[in-house]
Amino acid sequence: MTIDWAWIGDHLGDIWQATREHFLYTVIAVSFGLLISFALALVALRWPRTYGPITWVTGVLYTIPSIALFTFLVPVFGLTSILTAQVALVSYTLLILIRNIVAGIRGVPDHVVEASRGMGMTERRIFLDVQLPLAMPAIIAGIRVAAVTTVGLVTLTVIIGAGGYGLFILRGIGRRFLTEALVGTVAAVLMAVVIDRALVALERAATPWARRRRPA
Amino acid sequence: MIRLESVTKVFPGASTPAVTSLSLHVPEGEFVTLVGPSGCGKTTTLKMINRIIEPTSGRIEVGGRDVLAIEPHLLRRSIGYVIQQVGLMPHRTVAQNIATVPRLLGWPKDRIDDRVDELIELVGLEHGMKDRYPAELSGGQQQRVGVARALAADPPVLLMDEPFGAVDPIVREHLQQEFKDLWERLGKTVVFVTHDIDEAVRMGTRVAILNIGGILEQYDRPEEILANPANEFVARFLGEERGLRRLGLLPVSSAGLERGPVVDISADPSEARTVMETHGVDWVGLLDGKRLLGWVPASEIGSTPLRDLRPRDFLVRLRPDDSLRRALDAVVTSRTRVGVVVGDDGYLGMLDVETVAEEITE
Repeated sequence: MTIDWAWIGDHLGDIWQATREHFLYTVIAVSFGLLISFALALVALRWPRTYGPITWVTGVLYTIPSIALFTFLVPVFGLTSILTAQVALVSYTLLILIRNIVAGIRGVPDHVVEASRGMGMTERRIFLDVQLPLAMPAIIAGIRVAAVTTVGLVTLTVIIGAGGYGLFILRGIGRRFLTEALVGTVAAVLMAVVIDRALVALERAATPWARRRRPA
Repeated sequence: MIRLESVTKVFPGASTPAVTSLSLHVPEGEFVTLVGPSGCGKTTTLKMINRIIEPTSGRIEVGGRDVLAIEPHLLRRSIGYVIQQVGLMPHRTVAQNIATVPRLLGWPKDRIDDRVDELIELVGLEHGMKDRYPAELSGGQQQRVGVARALAADPPVLLMDEPFGAVDPIVREHLQQEFKDLWERLGKTVVFVTHDIDEAVRMGTRVAILNIGGILEQYDRPEEILANPANEFVARFLGEERGLRRLGLLPVSSAGLERGPVVDISADPSEARTVMETHGVDWVGLLDGKRLLGWVPASEIGSTPLRDLRPRDFLVRLRPDDSLRRALDAVVTSRTRVGVVVGDDGYLGMLDVETVAEEITE
């Protein structure tokens, strides 16, 4: 079996279209996931007793097989609705994001928070100016995992009529046409890698202090 | 300046209070050390002053104002605060850390910049460190930044919770001395928590000794506490080296100095022999006017004129403001069994072990 380069050349427009769709689905899912996770993390930090239930519910969502979840949501939101895909995609990002946000904030050393309070910073300012910046590495680590996972899951949304690269994979397998399936797979992997590297770069830019350490 | 009246703190779920009806007055410009064993509530007491911990009952005043009537974050901007782990913000540079309170107070940028430069110098840091992050500094340097940050808005009161506890002993002693000097120049009111009795008596102009449950056992000048412990608890807490600790606080100039076995190099060798006999020693110190040259052993005193002898150095020459503890050390380690004291105008006298012992028992 060889790769049919001519087919790829003929379908560059479709590939570009799928790339845009795939990327858009990923960005929307991770953005909404982040927004919801942030709100839930705030609740968990403010009322520590809620942290258990929050992670339990999001944990259950995370363990539902994705194909089952997509199918289950179809009667609720309709077959080809973007909402069906997004509700599922977003719910898969919640657990990892909430856990990383909470761990990041809680990981800020107590003495830094106490000293900041002792200087006369308000609790709000301590959160925004001290805890949040210091939690950034953990939060971005969570976003990286969520984003890479989502890129993979978007391919599965093909079963409910969305798809991105998923359509190439599904059709390629159905027609036993290796080239098409490979295009979908390789493109998805590339997108995951590119997004991951971009987030690493963002983290480095957002945490200049972490790169400088005292010479031994 | 700071007044605690019947202050009690009971932590939720605790059966006994951490601090029990504590009353303490810290006059303006004093350096008060709070010292006691673990669980004596010294840190709790300190943290109630800036409301990091809220008292259960009682009244706390700072500068005549009831602290419980002021918004905590506003109160804290007028009180310097230094903790053991320093608590510098790791994502902010040295300059940004120091500028924390002035920025909260909304100072204009120029004024903040000038103040940061001033403080960097005041605490003995280099200007090149301004743009470094805390992780790039040594423990001692971080602690200096912590002190600079606490002083930034020139608060009249400074609260310090074991500020030098996390640095190694050599750096600690250095920082203690530096900070004491700084305090003398700035005239701040300081409340300083430590578990180290040596640090408490060395740093404090007044020492408050607390017992378990925040009970004040004695509150007085350190010399007084060491000389007259109020009770068994205080005496035990001060430990067996109480006499030595007291010597650490007294200057050489407070002891009665004697001229001792010394002769001028213009004198006849026979006079040197007489002096040695009178003092019952086998050596003699040589003076050239007011200048102390050193000492020579009896075996070298013959017919040679004294000015042609080669005197040996006294290993330690004490200054009048050195402590008697240092003097005692000089006495017991020197060949001549005396500590010689030299001031700006030359030889002042010497002391021996009896002179020092008198100060302990006094």
